[in-house]
Amino acid sequence: MSRPTGPRRAVITGIGTVVPGGVGRKALWDLLSSGRTATRRITLFDPTPFRSQVAAEVDFDAAAMGLTPQQIRRMDRAAQFVVVSAREAVADSGIELSAFEPERIAVSIGSAVGCTMGLEQEYVTLSNGGRDWLVDHSYGVQHLYGYMVPSTLAVEVARDSGAEGPVALISTGCTSGLDSIGHALQLIEEGSADVVVAGATDAPLSPITAACFDAIKATTPDNDRPAEASRPFDRDRSGFVLAEGSAVMVLEEKSAAERRGARIYAEIVGFAGRSNAFHMTGLKAEGREMAEAIRVALDQAGLDPTAVGYINAHGSGTKQNDRHETAAFKRSLGDHAYAVPVSSIKSMVGHSLGAIGSIEVAACALALENQVVPPTANLHTPDSECDLDYVPLTARDHRMDVVLSVGSGFGGFQSAMLLARPGAVPYERS
Amino acid sequence: MTSPAAVRSDAPVITGLGVVAPTGIGTQEHWAAVLGGKSGIGRISRFDADRYPVRYAGEVPGFVTTDRVPSRLISQTDRGTHLALAATVEALADAGVDPKQLPEYEMAVVTASSSGGTEFGQHEMESLYQNGSAWVGAYQSIAWFYAATTGQVSIRHGLRGPCGVICCEQAGGLDAVGQSRRLIRRDSRLVVTGGTDASLCPYGLTAQLSNGELSTRTDQDRAYLPFSPDASGYLPGEGGAILIMESAAAAAARGAGPGYARVLGYAAGFDPVPESGRPPALRRTLETALADAGVAPDEVDVVFADASGVPEQDAAEAAAIRQVFGVGGVPVTAPKTLTGRLYGGGGALDVATAALALREGIIPHTTGPEAAAPEYGLDLVLGGPRPAPLRTALVLARGYGGFNAALVLGSTAD
Repeated sequence: MSRPTGPRRAVITGIGTVVPGGVGRKALWDLLSSGRTATRRITLFDPTPFRSQVAAEVDFDAAAMGLTPQQIRRMDRAAQFVVVSAREAVADSGIELSAFEPERIAVSIGSAVGCTMGLEQEYVTLSNGGRDWLVDHSYGVQHLYGYMVPSTLAVEVARDSGAEGPVALISTGCTSGLDSIGHALQLIEEGSADVVVAGATDAPLSPITAACFDAIKATTPDNDRPAEASRPFDRDRSGFVLAEGSAVMVLEEKSAAERRGARIYAEIVGFAGRSNAFHMTGLKAEGREMAEAIRVALDQAGLDPTAVGYINAHGSGTKQNDRHETAAFKRSLGDHAYAVPVSSIKSMVGHSLGAIGSIEVAACALALENQVVPPTANLHTPDSECDLDYVPLTARDHRMDVVLSVGSGFGGFQSAMLLARPGAVPYERS
Repeated sequence: MTSPAAVRSDAPVITGLGVVAPTGIGTQEHWAAVLGGKSGIGRISRFDADRYPVRYAGEVPGFVTTDRVPSRLISQTDRGTHLALAATVEALADAGVDPKQLPEYEMAVVTASSSGGTEFGQHEMESLYQNGSAWVGAYQSIAWFYAATTGQVSIRHGLRGPCGVICCEQAGGLDAVGQSRRLIRRDSRLVVTGGTDASLCPYGLTAQLSNGELSTRTDQDRAYLPFSPDASGYLPGEGGAILIMESAAAAAARGAGPGYARVLGYAAGFDPVPESGRPPALRRTLETALADAGVAPDEVDVVFADASGVPEQDAAEAAAIRQVFGVGGVPVTAPKTLTGRLYGGGGALDVATAALALREGIIPHTTGPEAAAPEYGLDLVLGGPRPAPLRTALVLARGYGGFNAALVLGSTAD
């Protein structure tokens, strides 16, 4: 296979989002830069029986977003989100996908829980409201199998984009949205694709998801103040706020993007994953494995820790997470951890499981473009265990060339990605 | 340009196999069943399937969970993960690997999953709707999701490198091996890969029925007949295989021995939408994998086919093979008729079987079809195993919705 000389690099040229607070990247940035929150009492189902009754929901009108009645019938909400996000990302990039050989276009989509809503709704019907273990297949909808296999989410994006290159659904729990973009980066670097439609989606706001997080008390019980329920790094944080959403980006091979004069949000300069091999949901306080992922990503980028100008934290707002990653930043960046602004957009848009990693990468790209750090909303009371600069309440103008985004998830997975402002960093990558 | 010989000797090596499949538990039992044409398809026993139009499937025989999975993990995970945990123990032992002796961050886990912990999820949804939200157990959050197997394997064996989970339906097993090769090229020395699925519960079967691809024929020996003029779809199965894959240097450094097979080439592609008029992606994917391996079509000694048994898909696969290799140009086989399609476990089990074939110099046959449809132009290996000196094998897989993957394996004998 003939390859251009020199290392192939990947840049982000388009962004599309379906995130609580508003559809589209402009709405996302308006929300994040304002410090407002999009968390509220759950409306998608009756939350009364549940311990946690708040969530960050998307007000989403699929028909108004251009999906056909057949698509709306066929697609789970997570699929609707990701197709709409992908269309916005492609339009934003200005790329003419039809100018590419279809086999040079790839798709990499992350999702933690796939088509859960569709699966649960159909289960209720087929089991006669949970009464029958031997569910009645004669009531099964034709697209039920499409709900059972989460790969459907990538299929829908691939078909909508006309991609015929490598297509994959990456499902590493709450790091899915970082890992799917990391996967896309690999496809471009190794030459398997020139363009990747990459992102993640989850629409988990249904009773079974609420119940399973209730059972492990991971989600917040603060139902009285929904707008202030997500409080990462605050001493009084009480668990995460479940959310839904999607973000998709167009990744292109850098030299081709430059040749066509594309607007480049950021170059992805490093990505690494490590696992704690400790516990499916528990985290040790030291943050050793996340620190290792950050260290390896910096090494790939050929960057010193002091190059990091902003950290988009996982910041889920659980007691253990915020302590864990604070330690990981100190372990990987040393004293620079105290100098760099750190924030969690989950304070505003909640934790949309597999989707949030891609939403956070989109937020990092927009932060680089605007040279503004989104704040950590609801952070009123400092915690002695969380003693970094978390940019409380208000967005901050901040000059930055390199940003770090991290994710931490069930299974013990830890991922780290570095984005750089185009042209800002003269570096040699390994 | 790297020489083909160097491509071979630098390629990652499969050094351990852990099979937990309808053909048996353990490599020996599986291989004996494959060579003997002993089918693992039978009447579904895990629930009363009388009311469903499909009553036959491949179940793992004699899998006593309490003998093979720690009791704590039994209650925390779905059957699909139970099968993977058992297969991982087999695979690590087969490879002679003790993870404690290797650098923790250089051992990775990448598994394929097609449908997650379906049976576990059905139980928990039943609790929710029969009894209320307080009855949903604490383990639903870690048992149903698609990453359960990778996470549990990483934790149980102390593997702290990159973790991955690929969901591309039946193509995912090959994609997991392809992704493992990427990790080895970067900074992993060993990857636990492969996959299992186990969706033989009422809701899982019902969901599978909805795509219209399962065979509803009531004679279990006549239900899954890929490439036959009489093909009528496939039967489902459970299980799969876990593979230990290592960089050539790491395997040599620990004295792992020759291993089963080398991973020489890989490619993935996606089918165009039907209305585009463009050809399916399988032929191109296959050719890209061969080019990636530096292998010419006439160097391929056997093709392990996707063999879905859905007539249009069989025709498309036969056309791709015929176009690349010529009419009857390469032996083609599909031992998966003994197990049914295993989804996330299917590609992994095919890789295990192909690796065994390369090592033993025997092409296992396809049971079921009496002959391939003549218009397919396939040399389908039927009737019994065919001894042959095997140097290179091609494994094909397709996943529902349009996924295609191809993997090229080489013998370790040279």
